[in-house]
Amino acid sequence: MSHLPWEICVTLLSLFALLATANCVLFIKMRYFAGSDDTLIRHRIRTWWALAAIFSLALCISPRGGVVFFGFISFLALKEFLSMSPTRRADRRVLFYAYLSVIPQYYFASTDNYQMFLIFIPVIMFIWLPTRMWMIGQGDGFEKAAGTLLWALMITVYSLSHTAYLLTMPLDLAVSNGRSVATGIVDQHSGPGLLIFLIMMAETSDIFQYATGKAFGKTQVSPSIAPGKTYAGLIGGILLTTCFAGVVGPLITPMDITHSFIAGFMIACVGFAGELCICALKCDLKIRNFGATLPGHGGVLDRVGNLIFSAPLFFHFIHYCYHQ
Amino acid sequence: MNQLLRIAFFALIVRPLMMIVLGTNVRRSELLPTSGPAIIVANHNSHLDVFALMNVLGLKRLPIVRPVAAADYFMTRRLRCWFATRIVGIIPIDRSKIRRENGKHPLDPISEVLQEDGIVLLFPEGTRGEPEKMDEFQSGVAHIARRHPDIPITPVFMHGLGKALPKGEALLVPFFCDMFVGKPLNSQLKKRELMNQLNSSMDELAAELPMEAWN
Repeated sequence: MSHLPWEICVTLLSLFALLATANCVLFIKMRYFAGSDDTLIRHRIRTWWALAAIFSLALCISPRGGVVFFGFISFLALKEFLSMSPTRRADRRVLFYAYLSVIPQYYFASTDNYQMFLIFIPVIMFIWLPTRMWMIGQGDGFEKAAGTLLWALMITVYSLSHTAYLLTMPLDLAVSNGRSVATGIVDQHSGPGLLIFLIMMAETSDIFQYATGKAFGKTQVSPSIAPGKTYAGLIGGILLTTCFAGVVGPLITPMDITHSFIAGFMIACVGFAGELCICALKCDLKIRNFGATLPGHGGVLDRVGNLIFSAPLFFHFIHYCYHQ
Repeated sequence: MNQLLRIAFFALIVRPLMMIVLGTNVRRSELLPTSGPAIIVANHNSHLDVFALMNVLGLKRLPIVRPVAAADYFMTRRLRCWFATRIVGIIPIDRSKIRRENGKHPLDPISEVLQEDGIVLLFPEGTRGEPEKMDEFQSGVAHIARRHPDIPITPVFMHGLGKALPKGEALLVPFFCDMFVGKPLNSQLKKRELMNQLNSSMDELAAELPMEAWN
């Protein structure tokens, strides 16, 4: 556990404390205000417990543990995507290669192989999968099949793998202008902090959006795709997340307050865009959610929607600012 | 049956396979029979169907679960025969023998299991056939219902495993398996009415899926 700075340990412990509080509140509510059906929220909190426990355990073992955790998440998300969208019977072998690509992609992330990490899916798989498809010799439905598969790989494997790379990317803190390295976070120890910052901002922006949307929401952003999302919620979510990022960023990451504000703002904005993308996808496939892997939440893809755009963007923001 | 080896196989191989590589989305698993005697009827796309169903039924019910399978396919090779009877615990029925032989009705082995409070799994399509396409159900289930009019018949619609491992393929590709459980059928009906009820129940369950052609 020595590789985890104490700020990260405190953050993880306060997360568990928060979950325990949620459990207590729910228990009191069930005890004294019986009547309403709390099954969904109960399942939801239980799933959060499981996710937080597995994630913390993976981080405690080593940064590589986190890489394996996100590799598995990617595999599950890809499986959900391909199970729900129409695929061609002839493409079974191609799909097999798509699944296999999870392993090299996360291997490159874990070994800090920046070049290969960047090109493996957008260049190598981009060449190989359609090539394997024409080799099969079925022209019917080629466009749809190739498009669907490559997009599936981009959002479930390529995008999400940036979360894992955050863990292993060495930073050059001298590059960050005017930043004192007094917090005790140096070099590769900043990975867990950056990752937790990203996930925390993505999830809290969800909560802030929901809260402000409930309080002030009137006009819907996109009535036919996501009826629950309102402009008030969107703006409130972005503002509150940006403020929250300004507080949390300097504490657990090597970012200064300006960079934290920018990062929080970006994560909230593109997190929303990613979420709506998944909603549009579900609309098109005529499904309510992507499965039942996470009881109370639906599938894995329902949960990681706000990470699919924010993970690569935040990763490159950090890389641009703090990598030589 | 080798009960110990059977439990080990399902706990150590089938369960991780179903949980990690494939994955099942079950709707209304509470409608599955908790104890025998009972009959579960499902459509058939892949060899994996039986493992997925038995995995969902769980290790507790495993000792009493017996799938009905074709003797003319599973009993031909020695290793396959050993695996099918000892580990999976099939009730072998010969698809080509449809008349009484030596005073024994071909469905008698199923009746014996039901009398011992077993849960019988039945795939009335009779074959895996074209993956993810439902063939017409054979009426064997109606004959069993006539012999045991008080035993519930639970329909289960399965989708997805035909994509993971279709007939004639050896490469397993991960896909989620949907499993929709329906309300138990009225097993006291006559043959034709029972088959109608089964068919309409299956169609209803299949309609829960945003259907996609797979070709």
